[in-house]
Amino acid sequence: MSVLLVLAIIVAIGAVAFIVARQRGAALDSGKVRPHSRAHYHGWWAFLAATLPATLVFIVWLLGTSVYMERHIVAQLPEQTADSPIASRSLAIGLVKSLASGLRRLDPAQLDNLPTTFADLQPMLIAKGVALATETQDYMIPIALDADRTRDRLGMIGAIIAFVLAVIGAIYGIRSVAERSRARNKVERLMLWGLMGASMIAILTTVGIVLSMLFQTISFFERVPLSNFFFGIVWDPRFAAAGAGASEGQFGLIPLLAGTLYIAFVAMLVAVPVGLMSAVYMSEYAPSKVRAVVKPALELLAGIPTIVYGIFALVTLGPFLRDLSAALAGGSPFIQAQSIFTAGLVMGVMLIPVVSSLSDDIITAVPRAMRDGSLGLGATRSETIKRVILPAALPGIVGAILLTASRAIGETMIVVLAAGVAANLTLNPFEAMTTITVKIVNQLTGDLEFNSPQTLVAFALGITLFFVTLVMNIFALYIVRKYREQYE
Amino acid sequence: MSDIALGSAGIAVARPRRDIGLKQRYAAERRFRIYGMLAISVCLIFLAVMLITIFSKGYTAFWQTTVTLPITFDAQVIDPQDKRATDPNVLVAANYPKLVESALIAKLGISPDDKPMIGKLKGFLSDGVRAQLRKIVIDDPAVIGTTRDVAVLASANLDSAFKGQIDLAVGQERRKVSDQQVAWMNQLKADGSMAEHFNTGLFTYGASSRPETSGMGVAIIGSLYMMLIVLVLALPIGVAASIYLEEFAKKNRLTDIIEVNINNLAAVPSIVFGLLGLAVFINFLGLPRSAAFVGGLVLTLMTLPTIIIATRAALAAVPPSIRSAALGLGASKMQMVFQHILPLAAPGILTGTIIGLARALGETAPLLLIGMVAFVADYPKTPFDPATALPVQIYMWANEAERAFVERMSGAIIILLIFLMAMNITAIVLRRRFERRW
Repeated sequence: MSVLLVLAIIVAIGAVAFIVARQRGAALDSGKVRPHSRAHYHGWWAFLAATLPATLVFIVWLLGTSVYMERHIVAQLPEQTADSPIASRSLAIGLVKSLASGLRRLDPAQLDNLPTTFADLQPMLIAKGVALATETQDYMIPIALDADRTRDRLGMIGAIIAFVLAVIGAIYGIRSVAERSRARNKVERLMLWGLMGASMIAILTTVGIVLSMLFQTISFFERVPLSNFFFGIVWDPRFAAAGAGASEGQFGLIPLLAGTLYIAFVAMLVAVPVGLMSAVYMSEYAPSKVRAVVKPALELLAGIPTIVYGIFALVTLGPFLRDLSAALAGGSPFIQAQSIFTAGLVMGVMLIPVVSSLSDDIITAVPRAMRDGSLGLGATRSETIKRVILPAALPGIVGAILLTASRAIGETMIVVLAAGVAANLTLNPFEAMTTITVKIVNQLTGDLEFNSPQTLVAFALGITLFFVTLVMNIFALYIVRKYREQYE
Repeated sequence: MSDIALGSAGIAVARPRRDIGLKQRYAAERRFRIYGMLAISVCLIFLAVMLITIFSKGYTAFWQTTVTLPITFDAQVIDPQDKRATDPNVLVAANYPKLVESALIAKLGISPDDKPMIGKLKGFLSDGVRAQLRKIVIDDPAVIGTTRDVAVLASANLDSAFKGQIDLAVGQERRKVSDQQVAWMNQLKADGSMAEHFNTGLFTYGASSRPETSGMGVAIIGSLYMMLIVLVLALPIGVAASIYLEEFAKKNRLTDIIEVNINNLAAVPSIVFGLLGLAVFINFLGLPRSAAFVGGLVLTLMTLPTIIIATRAALAAVPPSIRSAALGLGASKMQMVFQHILPLAAPGILTGTIIGLARALGETAPLLLIGMVAFVADYPKTPFDPATALPVQIYMWANEAERAFVERMSGAIIILLIFLMAMNITAIVLRRRFERRW
C-alpha cells in the first residue's frame, strides 16, 4: 500500500471524526447551559486525536522499516562482500536495492517463475524500461525478491497499526465531547506546539547544514591531512586519477581563498562608494520625481538574478574589455576575457543595491534633531552629511558593509561564469583566479562518486565558507542591532 | 546706547568681510552633489546597458525560420516492402529525411542526378525533420501516398543567415553557410516559402543537441513544480514560525537563538543550501537526483527566512489597539491572532512571499549541486522525475559554443526577467493598494 494512500485514509478517518464530533458538540448547546467550547473545536480535537498519533507512528514505522531493510539485506549478503571494504559493500546494497525496485515493475506471472541468472533477467527488466548496472550478480536476485516481500509485509503491518490507532483516536475524540470538555484549550495548545515546531525549523536547518557538512568533512580529513588543506598552496584535485588511489590530488585552500577575497575586495571597491553615495543622494538630495524613478530602478537591479549578471560578464563585458585592452596595448590584450577585474566589477554592480538599501535605512534612522542642529549652525548639507550623519551612522554602515562582503564571498554564479576555473595565485587583477564557490560547483557537478576526496573536498570548502560568512553575519547583525537600539 | 550701536555697525562695514571659505565650501557642496548624481547614473547606465544588450541579442530567438515544402509521403520511401500493417517499427525507422530532401530538390529545381549539388544541401534543413515527419505519419497513417504542405525547420546556421546575423561579406570558407546555400535561401525567400514565424518551440521543446529543436519546456515545468512546492511548504511554515516568534514566544535565550539563526540563514550563501540538499535529501534520505521535488525543498529552506522576516514585520505593524480590542471582547489569544491580526497582516505577508518566490525562481547555484544540470528531453510527469529549471537551462546554454544557443539563452533570460518583473510588480501593486497607515 503506498504511503500516500495510507495517509489519505488516516485523514479520511479524521474527517469522519471531525464531522461526528462537531455534530455532537452542536447538540450540546441546548440553550440553557452554554458548553465550554464551540462545536467546531470539538470537531478539530477529534480530528487531531484521530490523525496525529496514527501519522506519527506510521512515519516512525517507515523510518524503522528502511533501517531494518538495510540490515536485513546486509545479513543476507555472502560473507566475502560482508567483510570487504565499505565501498564495495555499500555498492552491493545499492545494487540489491535497485534490483528490488526493478523487480516491482514485473508482472506477478513473471515473478512466479523468475530466471535464476541476471543475464536471463535483464531483458525482462529492460522490456519494462528498467536499466540496471551490469555488475548485478546472480545471487542478488533471491535477496532482492525477499527484500521486496519483507518490505511489503512490513508496510502492510504498519498501515494496519496506523489505521487501528486512527480509529481508536477517533472514538476517543468523539466520546470526549461533553459540556465541560475544554476542547478549545486542548486544540489551541496543540496549535501552539505546531507554531513552535515551525519556528524550530530554522534551527534544524542550521543544524542540518553544519552536521551534513561536518560528517563529509571529517571523512575528507581522514584521507587528506588538515595542513594539506588549510596551508596548501597548490590546488590540483586530479579528477582523472580519481579511484586509482596511487596519486592523490593536492587540495590547497590558499589559492581559492585568495581568489575569493580578491574578487570580493574588487567588488566592494565598486559597491561601497557607489552604493553609499547613491544612498546619501537618494535620502538627502534627490527631488521626489527622481526618487520615484530611481528607487524602482534600484529595486529592479536588486531583483535581477545573479546568473544574468554572470552571463553579461561572460558574453558581453569580458570580451569587450579584452578587445579594448588589445586595442590600447596595440596587439595582445592585457585583460583576459575571464578575469578578477571583470568578475569583481560585475559583482560590485550587483551589490550596489544591497549597500544602498541597507545604508538608506541606516541614514534615515539618524535622528532629525542632529541633522537640524548641524544645518542650523550654518553647515552646508554636504558638511552635515560628512561630519554629522555619517559618523553617527558609522557603526550601522560598517554592519551593512560586512553583510555585503559576506554576500560577495558566497556569491556563486557570477564567478562561475566570469572568474575562470584555474587556481592561480596572482596579484594581477586582469588575470583569472578562481574561488571557493566555483570549486564547490566544479567538484560536485557531473558524475560523482561519493567516497572520493575529490567530491568530499567540496564539503570541506562549504563548511569553511559557512563559518567565514557566519562570523561576518553574526558580527554585522550584532553591530546593526546595537546601533538601532542606540537611537530608539 | 544708540551711539555705540552705530559705531560698531560702522566698524563692521569698514572691515573687510571675514573669510570663512564660503566659496570653497559651496564648491565642495556642489562636488558632493555631483558625486551622488554620478553614483546614481552609474547604476542606471549599467542597468540600461545590461538590459539593452540582452534584449538586442535575445529578441530574435522568438522567431524561427521555417521552409514550407510540398512533401509527398511516398509509400515507396516510407515502407518499400509494404509491411506497415504488421510491423509498427517500419513507420518509426523509415527514411523520412529522404522525403524532405526530394521535396526540397524539386522545389529548388535541382536535377535529381546532380549528386554534388545535392551534397551541398547538407545542413540546409534541421535534423529535427525526421522526428517531425515521423509524428505526422504515426498520428495519421492515411497521409501516406498524399502530398501535403509542411513547414519544416531550417537548420540553426541557415536560421542565423536568414536573420542576417551572419556576415555574408566574408569568404564562404570562414562562415558556416556556403554561397550556394545563401543563393537557395534567397530563392526560397523570394517565392515566400521560407519565412520567419513565432517560435513556439522555444516554449515547448525539451533539451536537444540541435539549437533549433531545443527549448525551455522542461525548464518551465520544472520551475513551476518548484515554485508550487516552495509556496505550499514555505508559506505555512514561515507564517506559523513568525506568529510564534512575534506573538507567543517569551523573551528568553531560545527565542534569541532562533532569531539570530533566522537572520543568519537569510545571509548564508545559497550554495551552502545546495550542499545541504545534496548531503541530506539525496545522499541520506535517498531522494532522486535532478528531481524538482528536491529542488523545491532546497529552495523552501532558502526562502523561509525571507518570508519569516517579511511576515514578522507585517505582524508587528498591526497596532496593539486591535489586539486589546479582541482580547477585551473575550477572544482567546489564538483567536485574536488568527481571526484579527493575520487577516490584517495578509497583504504584507503576501508581498513578502512573492518577493521570496521571485528570488527562488532566479536562484541557480544550489540547483547545480543537486543535479539539475541535466539533459532532459521529456516533460517531467511528477515532481520526482528529472527536470531542469529556468536559470539552470540558461546556464547550460551559456556553456554551449554555437551562436544559435547564445541567441536562445538570451531569449530565455528575457522570459525569466519578464516572469520576475511580473512578480515584483505584483508585489509593488499589492503593497500600494493594501498598505495601511495606522
